[in-house]
Amino acid sequence: MILQSRNKPKLLWLQSITCNGNTHSFLNHPELFSILSHFELVHHPVLESAYTLENVIKGEVPCDLLIVEGAFKEEGFLKSGVEVSSVLKKYADKAKYIISAGTCATFGGIFKENDPEEISGFCFDGEEKTPRYESYASKLISLPGCPIHPRWLSYLLLMIASGNKVPLDTLHRPVELYGYTVHTGCTRNEYFEWKIDAKQFGVKEGCLFYEQGCQGPYTRGSCNKILWNDTSSKTRVGTPCFGCTEPGFPQAGLYRTKTHMGIPATMPLGIPRRAYLTLTGVVKSFKIKRFTERLMEYDK
Amino acid sequence: MKIAEKKALKRESIIQTALQLFSANGFHKTTIPDIAAKLHMSVGNLYNYFSSKDILAQEIIKYTSEVLGEEIRKINMQDISAREKIRGIVTVYFTMAQEKPEMIEYFLRVYLSNREVFSDGCEGMVCVSGFITEIMIFFDDAVASGELRNQDFFSAFGLFMGYLGGMVFLKGEGVLPKEIEYYIDDISRNIYNALKA
Repeated sequence: MILQSRNKPKLLWLQSITCNGNTHSFLNHPELFSILSHFELVHHPVLESAYTLENVIKGEVPCDLLIVEGAFKEEGFLKSGVEVSSVLKKYADKAKYIISAGTCATFGGIFKENDPEEISGFCFDGEEKTPRYESYASKLISLPGCPIHPRWLSYLLLMIASGNKVPLDTLHRPVELYGYTVHTGCTRNEYFEWKIDAKQFGVKEGCLFYEQGCQGPYTRGSCNKILWNDTSSKTRVGTPCFGCTEPGFPQAGLYRTKTHMGIPATMPLGIPRRAYLTLTGVVKSFKIKRFTERLMEYDK
Repeated sequence: MKIAEKKALKRESIIQTALQLFSANGFHKTTIPDIAAKLHMSVGNLYNYFSSKDILAQEIIKYTSEVLGEEIRKINMQDISAREKIRGIVTVYFTMAQEKPEMIEYFLRVYLSNREVFSDGCEGMVCVSGFITEIMIFFDDAVASGELRNQDFFSAFGLFMGYLGGMVFLKGEGVLPKEIEYYIDDISRNIYNALKA
């Protein structure tokens, strides 16, 4: 096992077009240094490491595991006068694993909005494969999220450090993390089942899917299984899921559920429209007192 | 024929017969012995199929809703414009009013007029979901294609079905001067013009 070997895998974290969000998110991991102790951190944009940016640019840094943060542009994005794409290529070629950390690095994300033709993820442009995909597919692992969930990254790093195989889906996302939708584990699921809407943000009662734009039922991610700061999630506190792990992020109208005559324009993932509408019509016929009152008022 | 198939056929024949009697004579004036007598079966045996008159009435509305829903589903599956689908739905509804008037009559004169019979087990859309679902799918497709205006579901639904129900009611009262098919073109155009984008 790699974990027991004397030579730890060499971890190189490189940034392309980024807001630093994934770096900062990972810094919030409560066991950050314990996780990193399984690796030799050869370079990181904000943590102390053995090599300088100058070493990185010259291609002198060893690399087993490359973490890419930020969106990608083939030409015209320079750091220290050097095309970032050329630096990334050097290390991507020699790495055993490439992790695209965050939605920008994976699909293009927010930065792609600025120049959809030129900016993409490292191996995916939205859902489409980029020309680099074929070269790196065998070692690519996608971790979309805006920002990345620190515990998702730590899961992956520890799996790699332990020499375990990580099952991936067609977009190279770990199935253990992205096999669920954000809807899974949402504390509002009873309200979803009985079609009770939340009428405003921040309340504990009601489902945010019908009127507040929640994308939880068709967004892959474990936000309600592996909680943020080990405490909560967007939907738990009453903010709709923005679908930030999806190739189509960011969608327009984040707080609005697109409907056709009151019918959600997009069905929950994998649910046939006819079946969903049949169930919806039936459950809406029932008025359940417990769900129509504020939690603090019920049973008083 | 297997016993289960025989029972299913018998069950449907009870529904058909009760549907005709309820539609013609009303829910309260029709008794279980009336239905059993018309079917040449014993009252006791009929209760083996439906445990009460209320349950039988509820099963009938589910049955009619499924039949009508299936017809509209065929229209929904066609690759035609919303305008043509509206005409298809109007035609299906009026044809049913002509050929199986008991089905529409049952909806108008039993289901809508005896709500207490349907309050426990057929609340809201529970027993008519087969039909409502297809109307929802029609609206969803028509708005997605840009042909109909996006609006509240019930505003559109009430306009569409209220109009059709009203015409069949007038027919049932014998006050329509012409056969109901005569009105299909005008009514389809009116509905389309009211709902189009």
